[in-house]
Amino acid sequence: MRLLKLVPDNTNLPFVSLRAWAFGLTIALSLASIALVFVNKLNFGVDFVGGLMIEEKFQKDPDLDKLRSTLERLQVGEVRLQPIGDNKTISIRMPLPESSDPGATNALVQTVQTAIAKDFPDATFSRQDTVDAKVSDELLWRGGLAVVLAILGIGLFAIFRFEWQFGVSTVAAIVHDLLMTLGFFALTQFEVDLNTVAAVLTIIGYSINDKIVIDDRIRENMRRYRKMDMPHIIDLSVNETLPRTVMTSVTILLALFAMLIFGGHVLRGFTAAMILGIVVGTYSSIYVSSSLLISLGLRAEPKVDDAPPGSKAERVAFKDMP
Amino acid sequence: MLDFPRWKVTSILVLLAALMALSIPSFVPEKYTQSWMPRISLGLDLAGGIHLLYEADTDAFLATRLDNMSQQISGTLKRSPRIDIGDISSKDGKLSFFVRDVTQIDAARERLLSLAGSGAGLTGQRTWDINVVDSSRFVVSPTDAGTTQAVNQAMNDTTENIRRRIDALGTKEPTIVRQGSNRILVQVPGLQNPEQLKVLVGKTAKLEFKMVDDSLGNTQITKDTPAPIGSQVLSYPEGGGWIVVKRPVILTGGQLTEASQGFDQQSNAPIVNFTFNSEGGRRFARITQQFTGQRFAVIVDNVVISAPRINTPILGGSGYIEGSFTVASANDLAIALKSGQLAMDLKVVEERTVGPDLGKESIHAGVLASAIAAAAVIIFMFVTYGRFGAYANLAVVINVFVILGVMAVFGSTLTLPGIAGFVLTIGTAVDANVLINERIREERRRGRTVIQAVELGYKEASRTIFEANMTHAISGIIMLALGSGPVKGFAVVLLIGICTSVFTAVTFTRMLVVLWVRRTRPSDINI
Repeated sequence: MRLLKLVPDNTNLPFVSLRAWAFGLTIALSLASIALVFVNKLNFGVDFVGGLMIEEKFQKDPDLDKLRSTLERLQVGEVRLQPIGDNKTISIRMPLPESSDPGATNALVQTVQTAIAKDFPDATFSRQDTVDAKVSDELLWRGGLAVVLAILGIGLFAIFRFEWQFGVSTVAAIVHDLLMTLGFFALTQFEVDLNTVAAVLTIIGYSINDKIVIDDRIRENMRRYRKMDMPHIIDLSVNETLPRTVMTSVTILLALFAMLIFGGHVLRGFTAAMILGIVVGTYSSIYVSSSLLISLGLRAEPKVDDAPPGSKAERVAFKDMP
Repeated sequence: MLDFPRWKVTSILVLLAALMALSIPSFVPEKYTQSWMPRISLGLDLAGGIHLLYEADTDAFLATRLDNMSQQISGTLKRSPRIDIGDISSKDGKLSFFVRDVTQIDAARERLLSLAGSGAGLTGQRTWDINVVDSSRFVVSPTDAGTTQAVNQAMNDTTENIRRRIDALGTKEPTIVRQGSNRILVQVPGLQNPEQLKVLVGKTAKLEFKMVDDSLGNTQITKDTPAPIGSQVLSYPEGGGWIVVKRPVILTGGQLTEASQGFDQQSNAPIVNFTFNSEGGRRFARITQQFTGQRFAVIVDNVVISAPRINTPILGGSGYIEGSFTVASANDLAIALKSGQLAMDLKVVEERTVGPDLGKESIHAGVLASAIAAAAVIIFMFVTYGRFGAYANLAVVINVFVILGVMAVFGSTLTLPGIAGFVLTIGTAVDANVLINERIREERRRGRTVIQAVELGYKEASRTIFEANMTHAISGIIMLALGSGPVKGFAVVLLIGICTSVFTAVTFTRMLVVLWVRRTRPSDINI
């Protein structure tokens, strides 16, 4: 049986020589993302801004204008409607009632549901989220903290296991991935909720996974070819790990597309963000973190004292290498 | 390399089989399994149900505590020999008052010390500080330790109370836990009627009896009617809006031993029957004797439910509350009264309700997506790596069941993001095998023998796999520590998946490869 090879043997693409262009592109895209976030703003869900969200499922696509007028008649404040997934599910957002009476929210939900049931007999209740402003502030703060801690933790790990240049370049690459993801959410106006934080943290996890694999190979090649200059070592390492990078990205993307298409509407934003993250993360492994190593002045001869445990043994093992 | 002792093979197989076996009960309908068998429970987003986060009103609680202290102080000092004091004023959470006769300062302090608490918590600090300033003024202030302990106690009581109420509803598998210093999380999966639960749990159920003040005669009473001194206006929806009652509480619900829903013998309307304990019963008898012919108000959570006239003294220590109840609302009130008053007022700060239909849809979609993802990955791995891909696929399939088994043992909850975690784990578990197999390909290209290539492939890739998974685990641990609800459900699957996939993808497949190489001694491999 002839086996599939996505990347031919002995592929040797000149990644490093393209890095000036790549840096330009990276910076342009990052700036565009930042601009998008400021101009379009992120569409925060009730998790992060508080309020009331009721999701109703209809048998057939509902008339949104009619639904809007039904709700506006109730005078419950600014109502926002958003079709989700197949357009038969509508998310209805509105502010929480001002009253401090604990029953007020219940009463509001009841009123809204009764009104919808009257005008749209085919509607069924899917779910409801009510988040107090106090809790949403906390959730936002904790979500942000989680992302920052993840980046710092992973950066520290990379510094501890490798040289400091790896830590810095890795963190830069993750920040790049994060900016791209935020830009994506600002552009598509997908709702940013708790699931999004999980998606972002996972993107960070996978992106770093990719970088560690390449970094690991760079470190190995630095010891093996001590005379080679950094651009060559990096080109060699990226090319050597390219089959793996492509294979893994493809398998994960296969799984994620299955989730995007068949996994139901609740996680659609989550999956879309993940898919983008895998693509962006793969790009940044090559063009942000690896190329940055050259600019950061990584040398091919790490001091023996600084080498992590076990590296001496590895060097002995590699003596007989071609 | 080919050294893979039999005991190792046996123990790997036994371990994997055992872990996989643990997942079996989760696939069998609940009625066929025993309660001791480990089962994965479904999260609210899959089972449908309600998630409620309550926040206790600690300010109100501390104000009441201060108020009670003030009453205790005046009660203690009034005891014979009486110590005369001025009005007790409360400001900034402290009480202060003058002692009229300066010579009684020491005696007053002596008596107050008995109220100050001998020691709170492990530090043995007093719960109240008592200071004399300006030679005749006492300042009584709660200590931090005392306040913390009181709030803590009240939170525990409230949590217990909610548990009793929810148990009385007969719902299964509710989660009721304290969160942080002043929050309580209530989760009830598979609930059909969330409204009832919210009404029941949120009810403070403060039952009080006060005398009705009829001195205003037939004046129409509104919310803004000025009440006579010593009286107050309370809401009375039954009796046309508002009613004036005298402030002193003549009896509270704290002395109830029993409350149940019943029916009025004449009108057959739903009522709530209650029984006092012996002390409460005596007081109830004494009051009904003293005030025969007058009206008293039955007040629940500051709303007057009914204001019956005392026709004859009630000596048996039991009575009933009538009002415009339905059977359900009478039952709820009975449950709430019986479980006792909540030590703190609660407010819902976060609520998530998932309808049963959405839950079913999500499970269906999740299972379908997982199956398709697994099939796609399995086919892809096989066409790319042949035999080695098949080994990796076997490892992935085993891994899925092992994760389920481990989750069942930990009693973890499977949520919708958890299913996403599964799909991702399927995608990434093969990453380890991709690393290994690519390395073997590379080593073969470098001209190594099959055995050398396989050995180096596993050895070199293992280090990379370890490092990659470590960083991955860092983000997982952070999600677990800081995430709430859905994020946590995702992180659990992710972390378990990281641990088990390293084992199945590296150790298990290495075993398969070694056994195969040892048996066939291939001179070339198709990879």
